[in-house]
Amino acid sequence: MSMSAFITGAYDTAVGELPGSSCMALHAEAAMGAVADAGLKLSDIDGVLCAYSFTEPHLMLASVFCEYLGIHPATCLAIQAGGASACIMVMQAAALVASGQCQHVLVVTGDNRLTGLSRDGAVAALSEVGHPQFERPFGISVPASYALVAKHYMHQYGVTSEQLAAIAVEHRRHAGRHPKAHKRDPITVDQVLNSKMIADPLHMLDCCLISDGGAALVVSSRAAARDTKGKAIEILGAGQGHTHEHIVAAPSLVDFGCKTSSAMAFVRAGVTPGDIDVAQIYDSFTITLAVELESIGFFERGQAGIAAAAGELGLGGKLPCNTHGGLMSYAHSGAAGGMFHAVEAVHQLRGNADARQVQNAKLAFVHGDGGILSAHCSLVLGA
Amino acid sequence: MTTVPYPLPRPNAQTQPYWEGAAAGELRYQRCAVCGHVQLIPRSLCEHCHGRRLDWQASERTGTVLTFTTVYRAPLPVFKDMVPYVIAIVDMDEGFRVMANAKAQGREGLEIGARVRIGFQEVHGMALPAVDAVLGAAA
Repeated sequence: MSMSAFITGAYDTAVGELPGSSCMALHAEAAMGAVADAGLKLSDIDGVLCAYSFTEPHLMLASVFCEYLGIHPATCLAIQAGGASACIMVMQAAALVASGQCQHVLVVTGDNRLTGLSRDGAVAALSEVGHPQFERPFGISVPASYALVAKHYMHQYGVTSEQLAAIAVEHRRHAGRHPKAHKRDPITVDQVLNSKMIADPLHMLDCCLISDGGAALVVSSRAAARDTKGKAIEILGAGQGHTHEHIVAAPSLVDFGCKTSSAMAFVRAGVTPGDIDVAQIYDSFTITLAVELESIGFFERGQAGIAAAAGELGLGGKLPCNTHGGLMSYAHSGAAGGMFHAVEAVHQLRGNADARQVQNAKLAFVHGDGGILSAHCSLVLGA
Repeated sequence: MTTVPYPLPRPNAQTQPYWEGAAAGELRYQRCAVCGHVQLIPRSLCEHCHGRRLDWQASERTGTVLTFTTVYRAPLPVFKDMVPYVIAIVDMDEGFRVMANAKAQGREGLEIGARVRIGFQEVHGMALPAVDAVLGAAA
């Protein structure tokens, strides 16, 4: 089956600490980059999807962005699904072009979360995802919520902190091959285990970064894709899964929406997890990736960390995963964090990932997770 | 610099009985009068059958630890004096759920699967549920 939609342009800005950057300037740079990459003019864009911002929060971020860029597309809206936003935006853009409502949809994200907020400010803003009456009064934070999942999951499947640490180590190794990555210095399992405890069992180096950065894609219809200049990447399958928002109300602490979202994406694409050449999967914490890899079916329960330690997530491993370094080492800039995964998948499928290139990569899996493993969206992309 | 206040619960019409119960030392939960389903956390309609007749029940306040964590990095300055503090999710025997901090004696022997009793502690003038004591180790 086909989604009748193609990624025709991709771009991400510099990432990390970018003094002088702003949410809208990052959006604009990413958007211009993606449109140029597609060989299109801004006037060819007839749909715009944005996500959300912490530094310039607004009720109508997509309208703010279009005003900023001076464009007046026929379709314009913002999507908010936390870390699942990027993949959901791509899925929605695919629906817009497949249905004929749009020809070329620009999906654009960015935030200067590092220089535009204090670290305390970012942590405080994120803690607002907690339930105002039944979670936040107890000092919940996003890391603490994931720690609650981690503790339970590790207990259930005998996962160790050393195994989770191996996931962080591999991400840093990947980032070392990407000249733009926010953190490139190699780390060891001992360094992860000896980094500051944030919420037991998650250490500082089990957690994603806080970065400035922006990223954008252009999604085009089959017919319109012929007018673009680069190699178009087909969106072969997509799916979503939603089980809860607040961790206190999660129906399970081992099974999450990634199971449904990935199953649907694989069926639509007509492929299985074993067919995937390269994966870019949301890695807000080491436990996030472990749960997703095992729930989606890439590894057996309790095996993802062991596989990471054996190099299976590395270049040349069974499943090269987050070849740019992911949220843990490449960058995490809000909704752009998930978009970096999608942009990296495009690089891999176009064969221009340089030192990070997975040989002969034809099929990529991209996955985003928002909230506390609450909202999931999976994409299967093909060269 | 503005000081962010302690994020105390602000009861609404649907949760007022829960917090009134807490103030009186009673842990309450919602049970659907139509289908008997017990809600994980209170709301305006039954999450199972969507019936609107919900009865408030008093809990025996015992349950089993689903998971817990010790927090070292406070999300807000108002929590900085509390670190390290414990947050637990407890599956109550009646079928609802409680997230709560653990009192000092409630931390002793706290583990996944442990049997615990929920009590209350006063936080900035409000009674919040808290793990009072561990009654027994995981089965």
